[in-house]
Amino acid sequence: MSQNIVVPTMAEMMSRGETPEVLFWVGCSGSFDDRAKKITKAFVKLLNKANVSFAVLGTEEGCTGDPAKRAGNEFAFQMQAMMNIQVLDGYEVKKIVTACPHCFNTLKNEYPDLGGKYEVVHHTEFLKSLLDQGKLSIEGGQFKGKRITFHDPCYLGRANKVYEAPRQLIEKLDAELVEMKRSRANGFCCGAGGAQLFKEPEHGDKEVHVERTEEALGTQPEIIAAGCPFCNTMLTDGVKFKEKESEVKVMDVAELIANAEDL
Amino acid sequence: MQYLGQVLFLLLLVAGFGFFIKNIKKLIRNIKLGRDIDRSDNPKARMRNMIRVALGQSKMGKRPIPAILHIFVYVGFIIINIEMLEIIIDGLFGTHRVFSFLGVGYDFLIGFFEVLAFLVIFGVVVFWIRRNVIKLKRLNQPEMEGWAKRDANNIIYIETILMCFFLIMNAADGYLQSIGHGHYFQAGSFPISGLISPLFEGMNPDTVALIERFCWWGHIIGVMLFMNYLYYSKHLHIFLAFPNTYYANLKPQGEFNNLESVKKEVALMMDPNADPFAAPAEPVGEPEKFGAQDVMDLNWVQLMNAYSCTECGRCTSSCPQNTTGKKLSPRKIMMSTRDRLEDVSKILDANAGQFVDDGKTLLNDYITPEELWACNTCNACVEECPIDISPLSIIMDMRRYLVMEQSAAPVELNNMMQNIENNAAPWQYNQMDRLNWKDEN
Ligand code: SF4
Ligand code: SF4
Repeated sequence: MSQNIVVPTMAEMMSRGETPEVLFWVGCSGSFDDRAKKITKAFVKLLNKANVSFAVLGTEEGCTGDPAKRAGNEFAFQMQAMMNIQVLDGYEVKKIVTACPHCFNTLKNEYPDLGGKYEVVHHTEFLKSLLDQGKLSIEGGQFKGKRITFHDPCYLGRANKVYEAPRQLIEKLDAELVEMKRSRANGFCCGAGGAQLFKEPEHGDKEVHVERTEEALGTQPEIIAAGCPFCNTMLTDGVKFKEKESEVKVMDVAELIANAEDL
Repeated sequence: MQYLGQVLFLLLLVAGFGFFIKNIKKLIRNIKLGRDIDRSDNPKARMRNMIRVALGQSKMGKRPIPAILHIFVYVGFIIINIEMLEIIIDGLFGTHRVFSFLGVGYDFLIGFFEVLAFLVIFGVVVFWIRRNVIKLKRLNQPEMEGWAKRDANNIIYIETILMCFFLIMNAADGYLQSIGHGHYFQAGSFPISGLISPLFEGMNPDTVALIERFCWWGHIIGVMLFMNYLYYSKHLHIFLAFPNTYYANLKPQGEFNNLESVKKEVALMMDPNADPFAAPAEPVGEPEKFGAQDVMDLNWVQLMNAYSCTECGRCTSSCPQNTTGKKLSPRKIMMSTRDRLEDVSKILDANAGQFVDDGKTLLNDYITPEELWACNTCNACVEECPIDISPLSIIMDMRRYLVMEQSAAPVELNNMMQNIENNAAPWQYNQMDRLNWKDEN
């Protein structure tokens, strides 16, 4: 996992007079969280492999404002949104891909009303389209026959009805996709959304992420696949809590594909 | 004397519908206490949604057993009410089974109604068992104590009694027809009540006729009472499910509205040319509150939602926070909103339509911050609701009030929001380090 990755920024591209096809919105987790950075890199490797013309905003990117909005702080949210829209419009961005369903939802659904209108796709949808266009091929490799269960992120699934793309990608790995009882529209939250990731839970019998992890472990998986850096954190914590980290891995769909390709 | 029955009947109808209309007016007045929200777009899609979700019960299918039972009760109740038309004409004009001229068609209708009536009884009996004997968790959670529980059972009892009146009336009528008593001519077919008729054998025919009349009156009086009970009951959903699904949110569930009042202020802050001392363009009235502290700060769709809620608890049983033992229950959010709205309504009634501060608000006195801060905004409750209610939208509006008007967020969330404002990330990382991952190993 050490070969170089190529990550052009919008500013660099602009100075070269180039316009990328798509902007990769990395997000705060993807930029700063140690676990999520690995997902970011895995996705970049796939973009490099498929020769996608993309760029990131780098230091010009700022939080979409999602956690502030869900916590009830419209001011902080709208300030972030307006600043980001200025930057995005300055680069005449048309299409955005992101590996974070929260950024995805906010950019896709809440920015247009504030003047930021872009085509926004989740990285699983984007990878699926690369596959369909023949720009990327997936071989089962090390995941052949492995039991993988997919956890639907609320802001990808219910919030935006993207259920199939991540599943189709997992199936391409020749893995055995096993479903939890509560999946797709009935998916059960990992416990992070609504700004819960940033605070202690209220008093109760159990933590939400433990409940969800137990359900995932109930499918006897070798891998729990996620499509969201927050879900990834919560489920990883859950697996540790259940002392199963030596048997069960929590991985992003992009990491699965990148690993299968030995990238 | 001959017209006494008809006059009494007329009085009953006038009183029944009179009170009903009064309640409907109150309902509309209370819903209109809410803020305005535009849901007039896309009438076709709205109509489709209403037909699918309310009429077609499309979201009930997830749980097949209650879905089938509910269909029995729902279809039975609506169709048997066609019979009301005949009862009203008979009652007003002193006729008996005025539609019987339809002949075979009439026989079929009455027979069909009877089968439905039986299914209604079957349905509500199973509902009663699920609630009171099996004690399903979803139907017996804390917010279902007291009135909510009595209300649910009342509905079951009233429906059973109404259907029994209907069937016994037919049984008596059928028996009197078979012995050719008085004006009881041959009309209708009685597949279910025919099984009860033999019980009348050997009884004085006049007594049987009295029983028939008693049930006839009992049925119509019961219907009038039930109609007026609706306002106080979760059963209001039989009407409100329709407008409620018509005016439902059709946008992606993940899309939360951007507050207009905030938009203006942010635009001003972002505009380098704005003169901070310029007179505001709009007349200064009471500045609009950010978010919701009380029911008047919610919008009318949210208030209609509160009156429409069937208290079925599908939302709560899918809520990640409730199912792990937290206080938050989306059903309770709806019930508390309705409770508060009803209390406000009583204040309005007592003060000639003027609201007088009673020292209470929806926030704190009915819904606590602890409930609000537990929400994952996961939309499970919205997805689950059979009539497209959004408890989440109320939770969000109240959080907004807590944060923007009271700065009363939990400490960790305040830190998170401060970080976003200071360094454009929810954690304390420098924005200039955002691309460092590229070169790390
Ligand atoms: S959105 Fe909130 S209230 Fe609704 S199910 Fe999720 S956590 Fe519960
Ligand atoms: S909000 Fe909907 S799902 Fe929840 S109790 Fe009311 S009707 Fe049932």
